[in-house]
This record gives sequence, C-alpha cells and structure tokens, in this order.
Amino acid sequence: MSLVRPTIILIGLIGLWQAIVSLSGAPPYILPSPLAVAQAWIARPDLFIRHGAITMAEILLGLMFGLILGIASALVMAYFRPARQWLLPVLVVSQAVPVFALAPILVLWVGYGMASKVVMATLIIYFPVTAAFHDGLRRTEPGWVELALTMNGSRWAILRHVRIPAALPALGSGLRVATAVAPIGAIVGEWVGSSSGLGYLMLHANARMQIDIMFAALATLALLAVALYFSVDFTVRRAIPWQPDSHPNES
Amino acid sequence: MSQTTNKLSPPSSIGLSVRGAHLAWHQQVLFDGLNLDLAAGRWTCLLGPSGIGKSMLLRLILGLDGGQGNSQTITCSDGLALDGRVAFMAQRDFLYPWLSVLDNVLLGCRIRNENAPDRDKALDLLSRTGLAAVATAMPDTLSGGMRQRAAIARTLMEDRPVVLMDEPFSALDAITKIRLQGLAAELLNDRTVLLVTHDPLEALRLGHAIHVMNGRPAVLGAAIEPKRLPPRPVDDVEVLEHQGELLRQLAEAAP
Repeated sequence: MSLVRPTIILIGLIGLWQAIVSLSGAPPYILPSPLAVAQAWIARPDLFIRHGAITMAEILLGLMFGLILGIASALVMAYFRPARQWLLPVLVVSQAVPVFALAPILVLWVGYGMASKVVMATLIIYFPVTAAFHDGLRRTEPGWVELALTMNGSRWAILRHVRIPAALPALGSGLRVATAVAPIGAIVGEWVGSSSGLGYLMLHANARMQIDIMFAALATLALLAVALYFSVDFTVRRAIPWQPDSHPNES
Repeated sequence: MSQTTNKLSPPSSIGLSVRGAHLAWHQQVLFDGLNLDLAAGRWTCLLGPSGIGKSMLLRLILGLDGGQGNSQTITCSDGLALDGRVAFMAQRDFLYPWLSVLDNVLLGCRIRNENAPDRDKALDLLSRTGLAAVATAMPDTLSGGMRQRAAIARTLMEDRPVVLMDEPFSALDAITKIRLQGLAAELLNDRTVLLVTHDPLEALRLGHAIHVMNGRPAVLGAAIEPKRLPPRPVDDVEVLEHQGELLRQLAEAAP
C-alpha cells in the first residue's frame, strides 16, 4: 500500500518527461529521453555504482557524524544551562554561513578527497538534528518530570529516563529533515573539487556534452536520496512507535 | 468520634500538619497563613471552586514549583522530614508512552536506579488493579479507566505513607469513576491521603474529613466528618445529606 503511491508518482513523472521530450522536440543534448538515459546507465553500470557508492558513503558518514555531534550538543545544552548561552549563538552562526560558501575553504583545508565532503554533509546535518533534539529536550511534558521529581529522581536520572525518551520523536523529525538535505553537502563538495562521486561525474559529463550520462548520474542520486530517506523514516517509525503524530491520544 | 477502625494503621503511617502556608500567584495572594492537618492513616478531602488554590496547596506540600514566598512549615507526626515519603497522583495518568504498563509501574525503581526492581510486587499490584492481562501492553492501547488504574498501581508501588491526589478521577465517566474510587479506597486505606477534588460526592464517598476551601485569600472550612467509614455507597443517607450542604457552600464560594 505504502509503495503504490510513490510508484505511481515515479511512473507519472517519467511519462511527463517523455511527453515533454516528444512534444517539444528538444534535442538530446538539452533534454535526453528517459530511454536514452536508461541506455546510458545500462551501458556503464560500473560507473554509476562506483561514483554512487562514494557519494553515498559521504552522505552516510556525514549523517553519522552530524547525528553524534548534534545529539551531544543538544544534551550538553539541555543539561548545563550556561552552555546553552554559549552554544546557541555558535549554532546559529554555523547555519547563517552558507555551506556553499564554506565549500572551497573546506576543500582547501581538509583536502580534495572524501573528508571535505563528509565535513560538508556533517555541517548541513548538524543544525536540524541539534535544533530538533534540543527543542524536544526542553519541551518535556511537565507532568512527566514532576512525577519523576516526586519519585526522588536526580537531575541526571530525569534526563536519562524521562527527557531523553520524551525527546526522541523530536529527534526523529530532525533526523528526517537532515536526511533530506544531507545529499546537498556531499554534492556541493564534489562540485567544488573532487575526482569521484556523482557530483564529480555530473560536472565531468557536462563538460564533455555527455548529457545522457549527466542525467543518469542525477537519476542515480535521486534514487539513492529517496531510498535513504525512506529507510531512515522506516527505522525511526519502528524505533519510536509512540510518536505523537501517529497517536493523537492527548486531548 | 465514635468510629471503630476496621483496620489498624501500620506503624509507618504518619500524620501531617501544614502551618502558615502562603502563596502568591500573578500578584494575587491565593492563601496566607493557611493551616491544614492530615490525620494519620485517614483520607482528607479538599473541595473548592476552580482557581481557589487547592492544587497549589497540594503542590506546595509536594515541594513542586508554584508562586513565590513559600513560608509554610510542614511537620510529620513522627518528627522526621516528609522528603521521600510522599507519592503523587495527578488528574492525568502521566503514563510514559514508551514504557509498557509493567515498566510504568516500576518507574520509581528505574528512576532511583534501584538494582533489583521488585517485579513480583509490581505484577501483584497489577493483578489487584485488574491489569494483569495487559502488563506488557503499551499505555496507548488502554482505555482511560485502565490507564488510571495503572497510575494507581504505580502510586502503590512507591509504597509511601502519604499520598497526595489531585482530581485523579475527574476525567473518567461516572461508572468507571465510582469503581476506581472504591478500588483506591480499598488499596490506600492505611495511607494518609489528601484528595483534591471538584466533586462533593467523591469527597463524601472517600473522605474521613472533608474541608471546603474558599475565599481570597482562601481559608479552610470546618471539617465534615461523616460517621460511616469510607468508601460510602453513593446512596448513603449521610452522603446525600451532606451533599446538599456542600453544594450550597460551593455555590456560595464561587465568584
């Protein structure tokens, strides 16, 4: 059931794409047909798999580091009040400077390889995760906390047994947003300077007018991003079944 | 009083006296110099119109936040501190949605990091509250009445001599409410209980002593002490007699 709708949307979009190609008569070097793109993919699957794996690895590593850093920052801010006043501005600044603007500097510092892309993805993921989790930690249902207080829970015990589990749905939402934007960091990093990855492959193909390869790389990226989003969404739902959005039991 | 106690209070049962409670809330003095006595092993009920400060008084005893200028002294009849000897039950059940019913009952052990939570005791309490079959269920799958039963089991698991309850049955339908009142009266009959409620019938069914709180700053009226032991049936003559009187007092107190 849940897969029916995405499948219909995908087929619809490909149909629309084909219709635009047929009706407008756009030359293949502007807009190749879906079939031509599929043929480009089938002709060199190793190319897309190799570059796709690298981009995916960058995204996953970025997600991992962004998640760890984000959770740690949110916990520190929730547990040590003075830390919030120091960390919050840093957090805002980290988001106010566009990652795109940082990309050349990061490539200069961290190098041409995967590390700079992972850092980029981490930066993009860090903010939504931290903001959402911190928000969740601050908005614990007061009744839950008061109950724990009357049970003589220490501050640490209340954080561990009440505030953290209560904030997990918020962390889940943050992680979903982060997953949706994570590929941006990796791709921008690859555009600025790299020798592998789907972003590199697109630029490379573009320069050689291999528009079908460029589109096939884009389609691969889209497919990977969507698959990643749905698996994260699925995992979050399974891990946090008491999500408020699925159980509107509080009146 | 000509009461014959049907069950001896255990030695752990303590009385409580609150002297000179003061509370200001948004620049309004809710009560000032208020005194309240809770007899050991008895249910004391506090009735009064909304916003009079009943819940605030209860929170004050619990040591939860509430206004400024807390100057009350709380003394226990055994001379020891109240800290750690009082359990709280709120209007909403506040079951943690990520824990099973059994784990919710074991919540206090978890929060205090006790090494060996007494699962047998928790299971026993669940069967006494009629929840043995749903011990492993998640709270989301239970009805409102069952959730409140689980909250009662959790309160009993704490095994504190003093239990403070803030309108614990007010969100339930009439029949569930009467059943749960009976259950609570039976399971908590040796505890020192303060029950805050809107409902004169509930107070008259369950209270050994019933106070009406009214005015601003609020004062406590003289205790009504029905002769029959709680839980009294809803059609008890005394209950019906006092109910009219209490309703009249509450209507006069309402602003």
